Amino acid sequence: MDLILPDLGLLFWTGIVFCLLLFLLAKFAWKPILNAVNAREQKISEALELAVKTQAEMKALKAENDQILKEARAERDNILKEAKEAANTMIEDAKTKSKVESQKIVEAARLNINSEKAAAIAEIKTHVATLAVEIAEKVVRGELASDEKQKALAEKLAGDIQMN
Amino acid sequence: MQQFSKLSFLMRKVAILLAFVGVSGFSFANEEKEFNVSEMIMHHIKDAHEWHLFGPEHGGTSIYLPIILLDNGLKTFSSNHFYHGEAVEVKSNEQGTSLHYVKGVGPAAGYAMYHEEIYKLNAQGELHFEGEHPHNSQPLDFSITKNVMSLLMGAFLVLIVMFSVAKFYRKNGAVAPKGLAKFFEPIIVMVRDDIAKANIDEHKYEKYVPYLLTIFFFIWFNNMLGLIPFLPGGANLTGNITVTLFLAVCTLIVTLFSGNKNYWGHIFWMPGVSVPMKFFMMPIEIISIFTKPFALMIRLFANITAGHIIVLALISIIFVNKNMAWAGLSVPMALFISILEVLVAFLQGFLFAMLSALFIGAAVEEAHH
Repeated sequence: MDLILPDLGLLFWTGIVFCLLLFLLAKFAWKPILNAVNAREQKISEALELAVKTQAEMKALKAENDQILKEARAERDNILKEAKEAANTMIEDAKTKSKVESQKIVEAARLNINSEKAAAIAEIKTHVATLAVEIAEKVVRGELASDEKQKALAEKLAGDIQMN
Repeated sequence: MQQFSKLSFLMRKVAILLAFVGVSGFSFANEEKEFNVSEMIMHHIKDAHEWHLFGPEHGGTSIYLPIILLDNGLKTFSSNHFYHGEAVEVKSNEQGTSLHYVKGVGPAAGYAMYHEEIYKLNAQGELHFEGEHPHNSQPLDFSITKNVMSLLMGAFLVLIVMFSVAKFYRKNGAVAPKGLAKFFEPIIVMVRDDIAKANIDEHKYEKYVPYLLTIFFFIWFNNMLGLIPFLPGGANLTGNITVTLFLAVCTLIVTLFSGNKNYWGHIFWMPGVSVPMKFFMMPIEIISIFTKPFALMIRLFANITAGHIIVLALISIIFVNKNMAWAGLSVPMALFISILEVLVAFLQGFLFAMLSALFIGAAVEEAHH
């Protein structure tokens, strides 16, 4: 029966010891322990948060870099294209210019040639004329070398004129 | 490592019990007295004014603890004035069974001890028995008994351990724990998160964490000390109804002082039920205030006492049969129960703190509609 009956002396000592224990532990053990644990948890969660934030920042930074790179690439392509175009136009221009020039030169040459040709033909004509006259003179001289021949010719010519 | 030490202490426990009961058995044989299992067990699980170390129960080696009596002033003397006092044998009236008590000598003169209870001698200088119980008056006994001694050692152990854990954090700040702190931090965090935070309103729980931690470690450490069969363990402190009563009353007081309007409203004027029902519920709710801590008290007392009884009863198999061969049955069974008791030691501390948190949580809960 006394197994389940409380004992005054033990109750007294349990009360004193437990209250003292509660006080001492709360003040000198639980408080510093829980403070340290809480502080550490705070630190860890802050560090994790920071890591996530940094990661996001890195991502943004990378995206930005990519964007810049892309833009730079596009610009480079643009510049190259423009340069090519400029070169092409320049070449084209040069080509047309040279064509015109060459045409001009050819034209001039042709004109020149034509005039030269004309001159040459004129000269040949004169020459031929001269030659013809000379030949004619020689022929005439030959024809008229004797009186018979002069007479025959005159008769022939007169015959031609009569026939006409 | 941990398993090894557990095993070694269990082996020592068994060895000591063998030695203790063995020598007792020998002396009983001399006195032609039967080995009484229930007497041995009851003697173990109850409080005493001495701390028996080894040797036979009477005449073995004991630490005699101080007796402190409040009887017309403070009287203090060693309990050895009882244990080495004048033994008296009386026949009880009805069955003629003999009852043994001791009269104190020296400073203990005028007092007698019967079944570890101290009585004042009557005018004839003896105890007056009616049935098996003396009817003499008793002085107020504030002695440092075996349980008080165990209580002091248990509390001291908790203090030393927790102070050294606290010292680590004070020295190193908020860093990853090492050593003792590494072992205890998860348990402390468990009490904070799984016991306090899980059961009490998130904005109010912090106030109760020190109480819950103290109650958990106090019960756990003392349970573990109770499993050690020799000094500094061996007392049945947390299996003592006085201790569990005190702890349950502490939880009751904390609950009552934390109770808010919502809590008292649910007790005296249950919302959401009809008026006759409100009157009907009131006494039930009032009774439930007390049944909750009462269950706490009984649960811890019964669990720990039962554990001690089972281990002792299993060891007693050897001595009841007076044959060493029975150790082959009794030792493995006692070993199994002892290991189970290590689990129970933790579990009971956890449950006590858990239910305390649950009751406090119900008392501080805000009305939610």
